[in-house]
Amino acid sequence: MIETRGLTKLFKDKKRGEIRAVDGVSFTCAPGQIYGLLGANGAGKTTTLRMLATILEPSDGTAIVCGHDVVEAPEKVRANVGFLSTATALYPRLTSQEMVEYFGRLNGIAGAELKKRIDEIFTRLDMNSFRDRRCDKLSTGMKQKTSIARTLIHDPQVMIFDEPTLGLDIMTARTILEFIHECRQRGKTVIFSTHVMSEVEKLCDVIGIIQSGKLLAEGSLAALREQYKEQDLEEIFVKVVAPHYKPEEAA
Amino acid sequence: MSLQNIGIVYRKELTEALRDRRTLISTLLVPLLLFPLLSVGFGALAVTLVKKAEEETPKVMLLGGADSPQVLEALLADKKIEVVPTTPDWKDKIVNKEIRAAIAIPDGLEASLAQQNPQTIEIYKYEGELKSSISADTVERSLKTYRDKVIEARLDANHVPSSILTPFRIKQDNVAPPEKVGGAAFGGIIGYMVILLCLTGGMYPAMDLTAGEKERGTMETILSSPISRLDLVLGKFFLVLNACLVTAALSVLSMGVSFWGMQQLKAFDVTKNPDAAGMQLHIGFTAVLSVFLMALPLAVLFSAGLITISLFAKSYKEAQSYVSPLMILVIVPAVAAMLPGVELTAKLALIPILNVSLLCKELVTGTYHWNLIALIFLSTCVYAAASLFLAVKMFQREDVLFRS
Repeated sequence: MIETRGLTKLFKDKKRGEIRAVDGVSFTCAPGQIYGLLGANGAGKTTTLRMLATILEPSDGTAIVCGHDVVEAPEKVRANVGFLSTATALYPRLTSQEMVEYFGRLNGIAGAELKKRIDEIFTRLDMNSFRDRRCDKLSTGMKQKTSIARTLIHDPQVMIFDEPTLGLDIMTARTILEFIHECRQRGKTVIFSTHVMSEVEKLCDVIGIIQSGKLLAEGSLAALREQYKEQDLEEIFVKVVAPHYKPEEAA
Repeated sequence: MSLQNIGIVYRKELTEALRDRRTLISTLLVPLLLFPLLSVGFGALAVTLVKKAEEETPKVMLLGGADSPQVLEALLADKKIEVVPTTPDWKDKIVNKEIRAAIAIPDGLEASLAQQNPQTIEIYKYEGELKSSISADTVERSLKTYRDKVIEARLDANHVPSSILTPFRIKQDNVAPPEKVGGAAFGGIIGYMVILLCLTGGMYPAMDLTAGEKERGTMETILSSPISRLDLVLGKFFLVLNACLVTAALSVLSMGVSFWGMQQLKAFDVTKNPDAAGMQLHIGFTAVLSVFLMALPLAVLFSAGLITISLFAKSYKEAQSYVSPLMILVIVPAVAAMLPGVELTAKLALIPILNVSLLCKELVTGTYHWNLIALIFLSTCVYAAASLFLAVKMFQREDVLFRS
């Protein structure tokens, strides 16, 4: 379960002064549900998800993830979260197995239990052929699988995906989308950000449209179609975002 | 703080460091090769070159001296120099290294000698050129031998014994034990090298573990794990500290082996040059251990400082440009301690790096001023703690971790 309450993040910029990257965002995402955060570049998607993953601390407001407050108990939140983005790279000099083992240990799993989980995940994701290969020698698809294994090793209840398919080819992106779908089937709480409309249409139970740090619209795809009298999600998105769009924010 | 988590991070960083060529070169290879190359390599080369230059019979030209046949005869008879026919372009020939020196004998030298009027014989050489300088010395020795004979003849003529010129002799004797002699000669260098290599050993791992991690995009990955930032920075810190200390240890070991090698090669030949007797290195194990104990808080200071500075950088390259000036900050006080006459005082004991460098000089000679040692150890510990505190604080700052 994720529940954000007036989540706000301010940054100081030498040229632009104080920037409200996220401005009072509140939403709820229940277990077994996929929440899609849709927004243009610089809209505040990544900052919101980084605050949920406790990588950044909110300037105001808070969020409750799996019953833990992101401000008061960030380490407990991280123990229940799997965070995956194109920015979460792998250690190039570790092997695929060492990478997953490292994160298993950091999550307090060790010995026979860790070995059992690694064997299970590597078999499930068909990774045994490259488990001893260094991460800098892996193909993009193999790297993505290793990243997925890394997020799964502690069996988190909440999965956060920040533009997970950005820059990936169709086949690799498909693996990620299938994995997100599987997470929902396993009853996990899933939130993911993207600006690819087709991904949202295919996967999301609830869609939140964010621009200039503000959550401008929220609801199921059907509800949004009804509210904005448009069938095409892209048209809905433009209708919602256009009045608030500032090109300099996308830089 | 969880020791278990710090250990997990440390082991992972160690695994990666041992697979990083740049870290292996700066931490292991440089200290192991630097001293043998500098001392045995260059030392042996210098000894060979000087020996070769000394063995050469230099070609010299005589300018004038037609009216001083005895002086000419003495020079021509000297087997250590080869007199060649004089040409007008003798200066060019010296500069072009065709001849090594020229001797200008003033007109009427022998007549002046007979009248006991002092005259000056000039030796022309190529200043700074090794073989020309050695040749000029050879010519001067030859002329001095001739001058001594003239003096002897004058004393004989006046029935004065030659001992009149030596009313008494002067002799210098060393009373210091060999380790103190060796320490006085090399103590400063040992402190300097330990301090400098301690810093350089930690440079690459520190940059790799901070700016390198940002550049590779793994910083966000590790920050999404449940480990606290304090445990994370401490795990990284211990790896950098380890690299600093391993480099310092290897540099001392390599230095010891190099000096032993130099003595085996008889680079300091005591039979040939009695002054070189003091150059033999006798440094006790206790002294080396003391230097290490003092280097420990300094290594903490360096490791935490390197992490703090490198963390601020966005990329490995940017970190290099921040860390390089740090070398100068460390070299200046370390070199200052090597200057003759700079002695350890209570005030200097509070200046970081300079204090440890000066203390190393004393420790190597076997001198232990316990009050100053305590003061230096404590002050360096305070600086190290402040530096580590700063590193931990920097790791909590989002504007540093996600600087763009």
